[in-house]
Amino acid sequence: MSKVADMRRFPGFLQLTLLCLLVLYAPLMVVMAYSFNDNTSITIWGGFSLRWYEDVFFGVEAPKFKQAALNSLTIAVMAATCATVIAVSSAVAMMRARRLRGRTASFALINLPLMVPEIVTAVASLIFFSAIGFTTGYATILVAHIVFCIPFAYLPIAARMQSIEDTYEQAAMDLYATPAQAFRLVLLPLMMPGIFSGFLLAFIISLDDFLITNFVKGAGIETLPTAIFGSVKQGIKPNIMAISTLLLLVSVGFVTLSYLASRMGQNKTKT
Amino acid sequence: MLQRTQDTTVAVDIDRVTKNYGAFTALSGVSLDIRDNEFFTLLGPSGCGKTTLLRSIAGFEEISDGAIRLYGDDIAGLPPHQRPVNTVFQQYALFPHMTVAQNVMFGLLRLRKSDSEAQTRCAEVLELVQLSPFAQRYPNQLSGGQQQRVALARALAPKPKLLLLDEPLSALDLKLRQAVRVELKQIQKETGITFIFVTHDQEEALTMSDRIAVMSAGEVQQVGTPRDVYEAPRNRFVADFIGETNLLDVSVTSVADGQALCVLPGGREIICPAAAVVDPGPGHLSVRPERMTLTAPADALLSGRVENHVYLGTDMQVMVRLEDNEVLTLRVQNSDAVSVPDIGTQVGIALEAGAARLLAD
Repeated sequence: MSKVADMRRFPGFLQLTLLCLLVLYAPLMVVMAYSFNDNTSITIWGGFSLRWYEDVFFGVEAPKFKQAALNSLTIAVMAATCATVIAVSSAVAMMRARRLRGRTASFALINLPLMVPEIVTAVASLIFFSAIGFTTGYATILVAHIVFCIPFAYLPIAARMQSIEDTYEQAAMDLYATPAQAFRLVLLPLMMPGIFSGFLLAFIISLDDFLITNFVKGAGIETLPTAIFGSVKQGIKPNIMAISTLLLLVSVGFVTLSYLASRMGQNKTKT
Repeated sequence: MLQRTQDTTVAVDIDRVTKNYGAFTALSGVSLDIRDNEFFTLLGPSGCGKTTLLRSIAGFEEISDGAIRLYGDDIAGLPPHQRPVNTVFQQYALFPHMTVAQNVMFGLLRLRKSDSEAQTRCAEVLELVQLSPFAQRYPNQLSGGQQQRVALARALAPKPKLLLLDEPLSALDLKLRQAVRVELKQIQKETGITFIFVTHDQEEALTMSDRIAVMSAGEVQQVGTPRDVYEAPRNRFVADFIGETNLLDVSVTSVADGQALCVLPGGREIICPAAAVVDPGPGHLSVRPERMTLTAPADALLSGRVENHVYLGTDMQVMVRLEDNEVLTLRVQNSDAVSVPDIGTQVGIALEAGAARLLAD
């Protein structure tokens, strides 16, 4: 019986899997490998070297990239923080309010941005900002990032919250905690792994975003992705590969951290 | 009746409490007096309203009508954290991110007790539940029985005027449950705190309680000592729910002074106590299986044919089909001195004095 149901025995399964993996990861591998290339050409291997990493940090374009990285980082931290705060409040409201009218509608509204094509959000954001006379720049990027980060922060937090029974808060209130204390001393610590995971996810999403940022940023300000795009337009140099590899490393690190955080939380509440 | 003279200070006065969920009535005009220092049990099948009543006393449910008075003060409008009442939850709800000691001190610190005072009291209650060596452990490092005792210690620590227990033993295995019953009763006596205990397990209710309120369909069916409700059930529901019983269809000829004259199936007459106001006509007689004995068929009150045996270890269950096709269940002590008649034998059944009781419907 199990032999019949075993997907791994379907003809061509292995080949298909390998093809998928190749398409997904081969370009990344090439970029990573060629970031260590000791050659100005991006296609001809000229031996191992760290010169492009040196170029990223100390080359002619270094100040530009540094400023862009700094912008990306500060925007990501602030956007992720705001989005997380909003996501926590809405998760608590939606899961704990006994009679919240339009709970399903709110849930859909929060998660809809995940399904709206990003280009539509980008255009809409730009039109919105110009309609209200908001000068494009650092602030518009930040506001736009906060908004599109909310669903990403919300999902892990809501998932975490779903597994916390409300008897914990009831027990706290039974033991003379005010509703505010029950939230701060009991619910919030229990939600922490979800909050941490949501924050990291929002952070990565903000750090990586190009499309919306490019639309709303206005002139004179760059984030790391838009700066990279700007450089690429003048021809791909190996230093772009070095930056990309660094960015990839940061992303993978944060996603792993986020995954570990949510798994750690699950283990702890298991009794 | 003797109980009534012992201590009549009313701890909790539940006065015509009604709770509606939309069109569904979970509690309909429930009135109860729970006395100071009492181990009081709310007993009933699931959905009877016992947990709703407990949660209304704790403050987790808002009652639709009526009053709940704790030593004279109406607490029905207060939020849970302002009621001097603590709860032991069914699944314990121990805070997983706090140690045993932090769990126990939680309530004390919210009441703005000083650290040293909280620590002293924490040590005291952990001693009471014999968990002192586990103070620094986390809940998930404890066994189910230990978690249960932490939950008890945590609820007792702030010295509540009233302790509510929501089926706290249901998650434990049988052996442990029996041991904890004795322990819980002991702790109640030692602390002198009024306990309201919710359970669907009649054995638990009978062994621990000072008084039991049997509930069904949002109403109190009977309130009394374990002996009262077991031996003098007021109606069919109580007789059926508490312990095993046989309900015999009889016809009532006359009722006077709480005694009724009934005609049994088979034609013999019997005089027995009547539970409440019962009118002459068809009625139901409750007889406990252990209060009947098998005799020779000649001249017996009831007679029939042995239909089946069930071996229960200490007892033997014997099913006897009467002439009118009703089946009675008897319990016969499993001993060499008593021989159990074979299946198919014609037997007579004798009732112990006062064993039968006419019930209200």
